[in-house]
Amino acid sequence: MEISIIFLPLMGFLFCFLIGNKFHYRISQILTTSFLTIAAIFSWIIFFEYLGFKETEVFHLLNWITSGSLSVDWSIRIDSLTTTMFIVICTVSACVHMYSIGYMKEDPSKIRFMGYLSLFTFFMLVLVSSNNLLQMFFGWEGVGLASYLLIGFWHHKASANNAAIKAFVVNRIGDFGFALGIAGVFFVFGSIDFDTIFNNAKNFKEHQIIFASIEFSTIDLLCFLLFVGAMGKSAQLGLHTWLPDAMEGPTPVSALIHAATMVTAGVFMVARMSPLFALAEFTNIFITFIGAATAIFTASIALTQNDIKRVIAYSTCSQLGYMFFAAGLGAYNASIFHLMTHGFFKALLFLSAGSVIYAMHHEQDMRKMGGLYNKIPFTALMMWIGSLAIIGFPYFSGYYSKESILENAYFASNYMADFAYIVGILTALLTAFYSWRLLFLTFHGENRSEPEIFDHANESPWVMRAPLVLLAFGSIFAGVFFSDYYIGDLKNNFWNHAIVLIHGKHHHLPFLQTLIIKTSVALGILIASFIYFYNKNFASKLSKNLNFLYSILLNKWYVDEIYKIIFVKPYFYIANIFWKKGDEQIIDYYGPNGISRLVSFSSIYLSRFQSGYVYHYAFAMLGGLIIILTWFFYY
Amino acid sequence: MIITLDHFLFLGAIIFTIGVLGIFLNKKNVIIILMSIELILLSVNINFIAFSVFLNDLSGQIFAMLTLTVAAAEAAIGLAILVVFFRNLGSIEVSKINKLKG
Repeated sequence: MEISIIFLPLMGFLFCFLIGNKFHYRISQILTTSFLTIAAIFSWIIFFEYLGFKETEVFHLLNWITSGSLSVDWSIRIDSLTTTMFIVICTVSACVHMYSIGYMKEDPSKIRFMGYLSLFTFFMLVLVSSNNLLQMFFGWEGVGLASYLLIGFWHHKASANNAAIKAFVVNRIGDFGFALGIAGVFFVFGSIDFDTIFNNAKNFKEHQIIFASIEFSTIDLLCFLLFVGAMGKSAQLGLHTWLPDAMEGPTPVSALIHAATMVTAGVFMVARMSPLFALAEFTNIFITFIGAATAIFTASIALTQNDIKRVIAYSTCSQLGYMFFAAGLGAYNASIFHLMTHGFFKALLFLSAGSVIYAMHHEQDMRKMGGLYNKIPFTALMMWIGSLAIIGFPYFSGYYSKESILENAYFASNYMADFAYIVGILTALLTAFYSWRLLFLTFHGENRSEPEIFDHANESPWVMRAPLVLLAFGSIFAGVFFSDYYIGDLKNNFWNHAIVLIHGKHHHLPFLQTLIIKTSVALGILIASFIYFYNKNFASKLSKNLNFLYSILLNKWYVDEIYKIIFVKPYFYIANIFWKKGDEQIIDYYGPNGISRLVSFSSIYLSRFQSGYVYHYAFAMLGGLIIILTWFFYY
Repeated sequence: MIITLDHFLFLGAIIFTIGVLGIFLNKKNVIIILMSIELILLSVNINFIAFSVFLNDLSGQIFAMLTLTVAAAEAAIGLAILVVFFRNLGSIEVSKINKLKG
């Protein structure tokens, strides 16, 4: 069953890729969707087994690499962390497969799209089920590839191609850190199997290592390098620029890859390596800082964006920041719990946004929407549910996970804990603000779109609505059902050494603090409704009065522009020198072109010898004969 | 004046050179080329016979007879080719025979 979960998506991909074209596209769609549905059902069955407290299981498939002391197996490691990822990946993926049948109705290459989605799911499952770092890296690069293919799916759009290349290149920077981290782990531990690493991690606590001729604490350095990989994949501050651009891809892709699954791979990796990360004191402070900074930084950008998908994309970055600072504070269980609930409600938000875009004929600008509440009430309801979940409205799923993260921040002893706590509350306020801004601009108020489009705005077909219902169910109830297992009293039994848990008594936040959190969320909603619902002119007045701040936020803190000046332009300049001067003027000019020029030049002269007159040839023969004879006699 | 071997060899060399130059300097007529080839062969014959006499060896004269026969056959074939050539192209001017030019 565990193996079939992983290989059913691969079979779906191979079908689409190899023989899908021979059949009607409907067959590919139904086949991949049903494969994923089966995988999702299986993963829920396994998940419920693990809710009943089960030991870690490892299935060895075959040996992959044996070289010296390095031995790498293809194997599947099933524990509560893996099953959590399985249910998130398979459920969201099954929903997205089904949704795509409706969403991609007018696209000419449906088979390719379904194949790529299945391929992505396969790589993601390999990533989360690996039992060693190298297999994880295989999945890690595989999802990067699938993400590249899917962002650039509409390859006739130049912006989509650029976004795909940007995502790939920025991820390469992170992957470089990850690859160095794997090499470092092998160098220190002599193995890249998780069990060996985890069992020996404690022995290296005081160990020092020299890297780039500076002495570092071994664990800190390894964790730092691995975290750089996680930063790239999970779009943390500094390497976050690719994620909003990745919204060029079709909306189901955004929901699957850039909200629910692939971007959480970094968080998963940190949680998986938690026995190592728990010992890295300095790196934990760094992770906490980066997580908290990302949370508020990207949330502030989301305040002013006008593209409906970009708002949700920045919100994803921000929520990933929450997960990372929780992980940095040692609350891996809260981090993974938030990952799971976030997977549901963010996929719901994205698919609802897709549904809006579908209704509005591929219009994504929120300034050209408004008043859609009457036209597409079902989508509006789903968007409301997703928004309530993301801000942490009581008894929705986000409430449990976010409260748990803030609770851990309040009680943690890390240097950055207070910073993270305050930033977490502020970000909750901003989250409430931009979520409600999105709702008001899209669904309420007056219609600002073309009347023609507005009149034809219809609710999407049932294949697109059914996944929304499933995800809405997860967004509402995932918290209530599973919070006891993930963060509550049963956590020691449920996690069962899959990740490192904070020992000690379970504290509850003081009443005053919970009140502050809830008040800040309510404040965010109130401000949003004040600005965008009751007082229509206030928004434009505000943006004029705070023009400086507004333009900074609207332009995403100019990060892309700064990167362009610091990295892209000098790189282009140097590359231009090498291209024009080095390649074209030296290598090409004297190399291949030089030889061909020499040949054509000399052949012009040589061809004059072939005059066609027999007596010329005879003369040449005679001359040759004389030369040979002379040489023969005198030497 | 005593006629020595050198005189014969000089004669042969002169005739040979005239024959070679006849091939190269001639722009008009293919028949002159054929005649020049005959001259070259004759100069070779002179050498053969001169050496044969001065070395008292008959084989040189036998070779000369052979060369004459071959030269006659060659002249016959050459003239036959020339006739066919003239029939096809209507001219035997050497400067126009450059079909070999690439």
